[in-house]
Amino acid sequence: MKPLAPERHLLRAKDLMDARYAEPLDVATIARAARLSPAHFSREFRREFGETPHQYLLTRRLERAAELLRNTDRSVAEVCLMVGLRSVGSFTTSFGRVYGMTPTAYRAAHPPAALRARVPTCVLLAHARPPSQQVSRRQAAARGLP
Amino acid sequence: MLTQLTHVNVWVHDQDEALEFYTKTLGMEVRDDVTIPEMGGFRWLTVAVPSQPGVALALLNVPGPPVFDEETASQVRSLVAKGAAGGLFFLSDDVQGTYEELKQKGVEFSQEPTQQPYGLDAGFRDPSGNQIRMMQQP
Repeated sequence: MKPLAPERHLLRAKDLMDARYAEPLDVATIARAARLSPAHFSREFRREFGETPHQYLLTRRLERAAELLRNTDRSVAEVCLMVGLRSVGSFTTSFGRVYGMTPTAYRAAHPPAALRARVPTCVLLAHARPPSQQVSRRQAAARGLP
Repeated sequence: MLTQLTHVNVWVHDQDEALEFYTKTLGMEVRDDVTIPEMGGFRWLTVAVPSQPGVALALLNVPGPPVFDEETASQVRSLVAKGAAGGLFFLSDDVQGTYEELKQKGVEFSQEPTQQPYGLDAGFRDPSGNQIRMMQQP
């Protein structure tokens, strides 16, 4: 079998960031996926993909955070942790640089997640049914009964 | 009027490795595997999803001269390795189960099964770096 192209190892590192952005990844871990030393890895990654691994991972996390802000009602602090970032302060700063507003404002600019959630029909059927006592009372009232 | 899609060209890094992956790992079947000596050893290798008779993937080596000059061939090989040479989209009747099976076989996933508005989907790579996605309609 032919030896792999060196870029293939770099792609592995990129895929690792896409798959494991929620974990606290450090450069050493990511570089290992590419089988390179951290310093060499960052240089090669930038040469092949046009941005540093740090930039790639941060923008991936911000993209995921934006999605969670739009589609869930988890708090900003929770969203920050869910995408692998630990400081809410620097999350808010980076988010603002990219999206031009705070995470809270970004969420407010989109329709509430609850309106767009695709809750399975079986769940709706189970939870949306009114309590039968309400129907009985109304029927009773309609018939002029107490 | 074009009537049917029959083959999709997938550039691969190594045809033996690709054959093994697409058949043994993903469970596809071989449709053609023919090597033509008078064409510089060109190997026409196609595989397909057994339940879909009409369409096959042509798993092809990136050719050098006379098809591509060395520089072009090397650029294409680099793009494949960087995951920038396109992708394949499949339907699955069980994305979660397939994910678990393939993960166990060592397949590199870039995206675990995720609920999307259009269904459950997941993404992985073939050994060459080509992106493959599978989707399960709701």
